[in-house]
Amino acid sequence: MQESPKYWKGIEELENSPEFVKNALTEFADFLPVKESNGSTDAAVAPRRDFLKLMGFGIAAATLASCETPIRKAIPYLNKPEEVDPGIANFYASTFFNGQDYNSILVKTREGRPIKFEGNPESPVTRGGLSARAQAAVLSLYDGGRLQHFAKKGAKIDKDQLDQEVRNALAGAGRIAVVSPTIISPSTKKVIGEFAGRFAGTEHVMYDVDSASGLLRANGGVVPAYDFSKADVIVSFGADFLGTWLSPVEYARQYITNRKVSKEKQTMSRHFQFESNMSLTGSNADVRVPLKPSEMGEAVLAVYNTVVGGGSASSYNNKLLQTAAAELKRAGARGLVVSGSNDPAVQTLVAAINQALGSAAVDVANPSYIRQGDDARMSRLLRDISNGQIGAVIFYNANPVFDHPMGADLAAALKSGKVRTTISLNDRLDETGELCTYAAPDHHFLESWNDYEPKRGFLSLAQPVITPLFATRQAQDSLLTWAGNPTTYYNYLRNQWKAVLGGDFNKAWDKAVHDGVATGTATPAPIAQTAAAMDVNGAISAIKSAPKPSGIELAIYEKVAIGNGSNLLANNPWLQELPDPVTKATWGNYVTVPRAYAADQKWEQGDVVKVSVNGKSVELPVLIQPGQAAGTIGIALGYGRTKAGKVGNELGQNVLPLVAMRNDAIIYSNAVQITPTEAKSPIAQTQTHHTIMDRKQVVQEATLKQYVENPKEVTEYEKISTPEGLAKPNKVSLWQDYEYKNHHWGMAIDLNSCIGCGSCVIGCQAENNVAVVGKQEVINRREMHWLRIDRYYSSAAHKSDFEAKGKLDTYAAMEDPSENPQVIFQPMLCQHCNHAPCETVCPVLATTHSSEGLNQMTYNRCVGTRYCANNCPYKVRRFNWFSYYTNEKFETVNGHMFTDLGRMVLNPDVTVRARGVMEKCSFCVQRIQLGKLEAKKQKRRPQDGEVVSACAQSCPTQAIVFGDMRDPNSRISQILRREDGERAFHVLDSINTQPNITYLTKIRNTESSEFNA
Amino acid sequence: MNSIRLRPLSRLFLALFLTVATIGESLAQAVGAAPAVSKEGVAPGATAAATPATAAAPAAGGGDAAAIAAGDALFKGNCAQCHAVNEVVVGPALAGISKRRPMSWIIPWVKNSSKMVASGDEYSVKIFNQYSKQQMPSFQLSDQEITSIVAWVTSQEGKATGPNDNAAGTGIKPGEQGPAGGADTAEAGAGKYMNVLLIVLVVVLIVLVVTLVIIANIMKDVLRGRKDLDGRDREVLEQRFDFSKIYKSTAVRAIVGVVFVLAVLYESIQGAMGVGLTQGYQPTQPIAFSHKLHAGEHQINCAYCHTSVYKSRSANIPSANICMNCHSQIKTESPEIKKIYRAIERKQPIQWVRIHNLPDLAYFNHAQHTQVGGIECQTCHGPIQNMDVVYQYSPLTMGWCINCHRETPLNTKGNGYYDNLVKLHDKSNGAVPFTVSSNGGTECSKCHY
Repeated sequence: MQESPKYWKGIEELENSPEFVKNALTEFADFLPVKESNGSTDAAVAPRRDFLKLMGFGIAAATLASCETPIRKAIPYLNKPEEVDPGIANFYASTFFNGQDYNSILVKTREGRPIKFEGNPESPVTRGGLSARAQAAVLSLYDGGRLQHFAKKGAKIDKDQLDQEVRNALAGAGRIAVVSPTIISPSTKKVIGEFAGRFAGTEHVMYDVDSASGLLRANGGVVPAYDFSKADVIVSFGADFLGTWLSPVEYARQYITNRKVSKEKQTMSRHFQFESNMSLTGSNADVRVPLKPSEMGEAVLAVYNTVVGGGSASSYNNKLLQTAAAELKRAGARGLVVSGSNDPAVQTLVAAINQALGSAAVDVANPSYIRQGDDARMSRLLRDISNGQIGAVIFYNANPVFDHPMGADLAAALKSGKVRTTISLNDRLDETGELCTYAAPDHHFLESWNDYEPKRGFLSLAQPVITPLFATRQAQDSLLTWAGNPTTYYNYLRNQWKAVLGGDFNKAWDKAVHDGVATGTATPAPIAQTAAAMDVNGAISAIKSAPKPSGIELAIYEKVAIGNGSNLLANNPWLQELPDPVTKATWGNYVTVPRAYAADQKWEQGDVVKVSVNGKSVELPVLIQPGQAAGTIGIALGYGRTKAGKVGNELGQNVLPLVAMRNDAIIYSNAVQITPTEAKSPIAQTQTHHTIMDRKQVVQEATLKQYVENPKEVTEYEKISTPEGLAKPNKVSLWQDYEYKNHHWGMAIDLNSCIGCGSCVIGCQAENNVAVVGKQEVINRREMHWLRIDRYYSSAAHKSDFEAKGKLDTYAAMEDPSENPQVIFQPMLCQHCNHAPCETVCPVLATTHSSEGLNQMTYNRCVGTRYCANNCPYKVRRFNWFSYYTNEKFETVNGHMFTDLGRMVLNPDVTVRARGVMEKCSFCVQRIQLGKLEAKKQKRRPQDGEVVSACAQSCPTQAIVFGDMRDPNSRISQILRREDGERAFHVLDSINTQPNITYLTKIRNTESSEFNA
Repeated sequence: MNSIRLRPLSRLFLALFLTVATIGESLAQAVGAAPAVSKEGVAPGATAAATPATAAAPAAGGGDAAAIAAGDALFKGNCAQCHAVNEVVVGPALAGISKRRPMSWIIPWVKNSSKMVASGDEYSVKIFNQYSKQQMPSFQLSDQEITSIVAWVTSQEGKATGPNDNAAGTGIKPGEQGPAGGADTAEAGAGKYMNVLLIVLVVVLIVLVVTLVIIANIMKDVLRGRKDLDGRDREVLEQRFDFSKIYKSTAVRAIVGVVFVLAVLYESIQGAMGVGLTQGYQPTQPIAFSHKLHAGEHQINCAYCHTSVYKSRSANIPSANICMNCHSQIKTESPEIKKIYRAIERKQPIQWVRIHNLPDLAYFNHAQHTQVGGIECQTCHGPIQNMDVVYQYSPLTMGWCINCHRETPLNTKGNGYYDNLVKLHDKSNGAVPFTVSSNGGTECSKCHY
């Protein structure tokens, strides 16, 4: 029998605060925002005279405006490129790598303008998946914050003059440093090498904001390649490998391969997560144990002792850790331990455990190149700069003034002229670029040629898909020019690849450019780490001697959307407004605190606290986070930009100065003091905005044991009472059923595969021209996302515990469950109900049902009564409260709908909705129509997989399957047949809306009693 | 061109002024009939049969005659812009080509002539130089298609020359214009006959009235001459028509008032319905390009210039390099064509005035209608081959779209997409035609998303 845990969406709902109750009862925040800016009293909101005046003026204006149709021009090409046809999209393979995560992409262009990214299915690394960050990167091409010309001290300068001056300055500079984040482009490295050959004394220093120095040191200077699909037991110590750690898209796909269950495959991996903050990975774990950052070393040591043995006794004791260690040992080669710690001692032990297990999931021989930054080298360089020992420094997509813990020292050194020549190749005058003398802005990656090798043996290419928008120059070309090499980088790259590709080079090159990926390797041996590797005994003694603070510990983490806060991400409104998967907060960072601690201190959500270490401090609002380890707080890095651009500036605060440095290694945690302040600062969360009528039938889950025992029992189906007894809800209906002759579009969402990463949300936003509304409007509950991911926390206390624990104790446990709850994610979008409640209440028939099962929304017919949204049980309809494309209130956050530059990113096949109309998920009807048309043109039926909605397309774990339910051979039909009566269920089945979206019950590989740590 | 919905109202209005209306209507019909009549015998270049996809089918399976027919369509679609069979146009006359050159030379030449020239082939270089180094574009045709073109050329050798020599053979027969076109023609014929009758009738009536007046006057004069009339008779004789009586009559006033109000109402509704309607819009274009000359007289396939009309949502306006395919040779001295040269030299694209504007909220796809639906360009764009200056022929209103979707049977023949749908439809509806709307073609999100 399925257990029925209680689900709640957030702390507000659990506590049933008056605010929450008020919001839960009303669909919309306020009434019409008339005269919102004037602050008038209620009586004066719309007086009769004003109304008459407005009406009179309105009629007159409408009459005048309609008198003359404006003359529109049609301007064809002078010389049409052969492959461009107006109205037909072209796809070009390319690569997204921002120094953080790697994605092989296909760029969709219309009339020569990139408008959307899709995952490249040819890539053996990301296999068609795409992260939210990569999805949103298309917007950064049209970012008005980019520097649009070469500059000297901020003023425009001629390119040739800059080249001349830079060459002269570099010639007598002495020591030169090229500072960059991790570079995985073999050819770019070669260019830098050539530059270093021309100017003796040049040093290339790579550093990472989310450094993996410790991991590199423990594995001989490389990051091992992981394959989570080969692991049956995964133990992660703070590694958020599904959200932010190293290569999340790649890992998510591997991870989920071994998590999907069906009749044929009734096994799944077991995943233990030990972490301080509630991460995306932690919320997907079967067993999650909160622990302090300072306990991490001891915890790993305890596992080491069980699996390998021989270490000194660990001071950390936890039953679940023992279980994890025992299971790991039993799994042997099918076990895997990973850690997100940057402490080389911890990583050395982790490597030793994996080696002892003989883990098949770890490959050090063919490593990943995705992190190469060396903390020690970077720290030494920054000290040298402060001491005036460096003659010239070149920042290549690097912004250490902002994103290095010693950034303040660097800023002071640059300001006081400790470095004679400073050059920025960054794409804008960011915190670092602004302090440099010369700026030679780099192209956007969509304007550039480049190559990448994320993993040994796996190459990929980037090709320009648009003529450079601004007077910029590719950084590699700048370096080549200064080094006196007249070849262009394109030719340079091709020459490099001649050694890689065998056979007929031109043919092989064309194929590589077309596919975007190739096999082969071009990366020379990686640069060795400055600090020597540790042995296990040294690591154990380092762990034993590490400080064990007794107070509150700060654990610094990355958010899934903003990541390291680099230029490409920080000034991107789509990412800023993407709710964090767990906290559901947008626009800025905050302090996550455990609930008990907040109750102790009498803090409420939004109270601003001051977090300080050694005189450095940040002031941020409090967010109460279930699952946050006791004695810890969490703050996300990547915020507090001041020179990112209009969107990214002044959001949150920079937490990086608060990290601990241990032997020049960055440790992303520290002991801190917290003091309350008087201030309050609301956090723009989306989580409790759209409540659902009844929790019971919304999300369903079961354990693997139950599933194996009887798959028919894992899902609970609601029955209704009829005169003939209990029956399925669709037995009694007011409405006629539809007959679908042609297509019947439907979607299946596997809750077991959904990790909640948010890639689909951005994919939908890019595809459907969804407006960004900004922080205040999110607070007002007016966000516009058509697809949201609901996150439910659940309690582990059940009525089945009555006998063991006694009724009173069990009830007490059920009342106070949020210390470490289970989490379940559920993508929620228009369910395209066959008996849609919205359709029956529209007075103007603006929302109707199509003969293919779609719930159609006709904007030009909508008069904005909002009855439909009120009547929608799923709360998926969005109302346009403003003209987001003309109202200057939204000029900053929704800039891409304002300027001619920004509008190039809009999908020309989808209307930009006007004020006063309702909108919602259309099942990507434009894609359906296109797919059907292509089939009709070829005189055949569409094949399964040709018509895919944007969300299904971008899902890295293939949790969303879209297709024609009338086609018996389609994937969706097969899933529905297979899962009927087992895991397939409809949300709120009992109200007989008969949705076309089917969810599949989540299966956890856990015993519920194990969960309470 | 009144909106369809207003017809009853206009009838009512016209009924009040019976005589005036009769003349007015006959005039209106005469005007309206002109374009309809001239539809007959039109030979538009754009036919669905000319697209390579459909043309390839007969060429693949059929014998000689089929190959020649396919070659005909292919020639018109691809070659006729620059070549004729028996005379030199841009490129050489093709008569005798099969004797002059072997197929092993012709096929690679058609596929990629510049490669042949570059390879140094003697004949290729010769012909390239002979035609002032004007390069023949490459064509993506199959070997079979090229062979069928040559077969057609051979079959045409020695026939009469001239641009219209094949018009009768390839043009659309009057009957093929669809029900709407046919009805128009019939109506126009009847209208013309009625006009003559009416004019004769009016003349007869006028003659009758004049005769009667003359007779009356003569009789009056005769009566005045008589002296034996009493007072009453004299009164009748001397009676004068009193206009003030009509003026003061309430009935007349009421009728005039009602007519006035109706007229004002009619005009304002007409005006209101016409807001945003641009039917008949005929702006002056920056270059006086004539569709009549190109599409009408020279029979150039629409898709030759509007390259994406069969594959994309937009039937693109040709880029200047397409004009240059011919006009680098033809009429190079014309001031209008010099404008194109100037645009290319200055790298300033030509800014045509857009005639057909749909609102942003409506999605229209040309490929769906041309390639899939098999609709002629003229169905919506009117007799484009007769237009010197293009005007908007159709109202492009939603009512107009929906009406057509309701009435037009789907072009399902030979299209695997529809096979099962047709079966299902026939099973349940039998004789009712399978129209666009019965396949969901009038649902909102077919055009609005």
